Amino acid sequence: MKKLGSQTYSFESDISIISGVSLVGGKEGAGPLKKYFDFVEEDDKMGQKTFEKGERLMFLKTISSAIKKSKVEKDNIDLYLGGDLMNQLVSSNYTASELNIPFVGLYNACATMAESLIVGSIFLDSKGMKNIVCATGSHFSTAERQYRYPLEFGNQRQSYAQWTVTGVGATVVSTEKTSNIKIKMATIGKVTDYGVSDIANMGAAMAPAAMETLVAFFTDTNTTQKDYDLIATGDLGKLGSDIFKDLMMEKGYDIETNYVDCGHMIFNIDQDTLQGGSGAGCSASVFNSYILSKLRSGELKKVLLISTGALMSTTTNQQGDSIPCIAHLVLVEGEN
Amino acid sequence: MNNEERNEKYLEYVEQKSPKAGWFNSLFHAFVMGATICCLGQMFGDIIRSFYPVLDLLTVGAWSSIIIIVLTIFLTAFGCFDRLAKYGGAGTFIPISGFANSIASCAIEFKKEGLVFGVGSKMFYVAGPVLVNGVAYSLIVGVVYFIIGLF
Repeated sequence: MKKLGSQTYSFESDISIISGVSLVGGKEGAGPLKKYFDFVEEDDKMGQKTFEKGERLMFLKTISSAIKKSKVEKDNIDLYLGGDLMNQLVSSNYTASELNIPFVGLYNACATMAESLIVGSIFLDSKGMKNIVCATGSHFSTAERQYRYPLEFGNQRQSYAQWTVTGVGATVVSTEKTSNIKIKMATIGKVTDYGVSDIANMGAAMAPAAMETLVAFFTDTNTTQKDYDLIATGDLGKLGSDIFKDLMMEKGYDIETNYVDCGHMIFNIDQDTLQGGSGAGCSASVFNSYILSKLRSGELKKVLLISTGALMSTTTNQQGDSIPCIAHLVLVEGEN
Repeated sequence: MNNEERNEKYLEYVEQKSPKAGWFNSLFHAFVMGATICCLGQMFGDIIRSFYPVLDLLTVGAWSSIIIIVLTIFLTAFGCFDRLAKYGGAGTFIPISGFANSIASCAIEFKKEGLVFGVGSKMFYVAGPVLVNGVAYSLIVGVVYFIIGLF
């Protein structure tokens, strides 16, 4: 691993993404990306008694399927890396207890997908490990209960609010097997806080973090938006991505033509999700479906995934604190 | 530019960039929904009075409230009430229906944690502040009323 500039790292090993699987709920499955998802679960409890148990089963199904697809024996998977939005990472913890693979839990809220890919790549680059499964997800109903109100409670959402994605994405990264999709570089984000304290306006809170990470990456690598086919942020939503574009423009980067936001693209405009999707499962499911399939087919060659996370808790929010945010970036290249 | 200035500028920009809810639409929806609920309450009261003319107005009012509450709980249980509230906003939750929904929705949500620590302790999770406010303001009004009564 080589350090470039202030916070970007380039990997020296040949790190391949050998499989990626995505699973989403019915609402996401009815959105514009439906043909890219591997599994669409109409029953968001997965036949379980509680949503929490359902979420775990979603993780288990996605990860098991990603390992199967990678054709690596489960015993040869050295590590399971990942997290979710539940307190104490319970969904990942319970999944890990079923999987029986050494586990490291990660929490960077909705930035956990990129975080796990970065940490996984660093472990692989150290040569000690050969195959790692990275998985991240979220569930609308469990997140709603933990962060907001009961599901059946009647209230109006703010016009700038977003909708937590029910979805899980799992990626198997390897130095043992190869594929045409490689993880080349990563920028580890700094926690930024621009003073936004409105918990409904996550997009506005996270946009500066995404901007700082992307600007750092461009500066460290001496490149611009023109060198990449796609720049994808995690879950800024429509408002957040508009703000992000403005912020990038202020720094002198016009990203209008090759920029998408996973949260903005996962739902249709008539699905009543206001500014679009959010949640750890948002960038995880879109990356492991749409983005990987475009890389596999050669339609995209150089993709920057910038997962964005809001790192508050309900306690800090109720105490009036502003929302600290983070964004991690990975450069994924398709070699055809 | 230090961080404070930067944040101030950014928050101003966010405020101007964020979409605002149309106040006319919100008010109109709240009016329609609130009026419908109140008319329903009046209707139940009138029907009860036509069957039992001996009942005094207070008792009739209590019965129509009870009917609205039961109706709300059913709508909550069947998952329809949150849709009405999304349309009606304050028009849906200012009448007693909102109070009933806040308790019923919590009871449903936290049932999984058991009867004591789930339903029992979390049922008033949303309604609690409303109760506390109600009691606090009644106390203030009572004291003011008492002081006025002295003169």
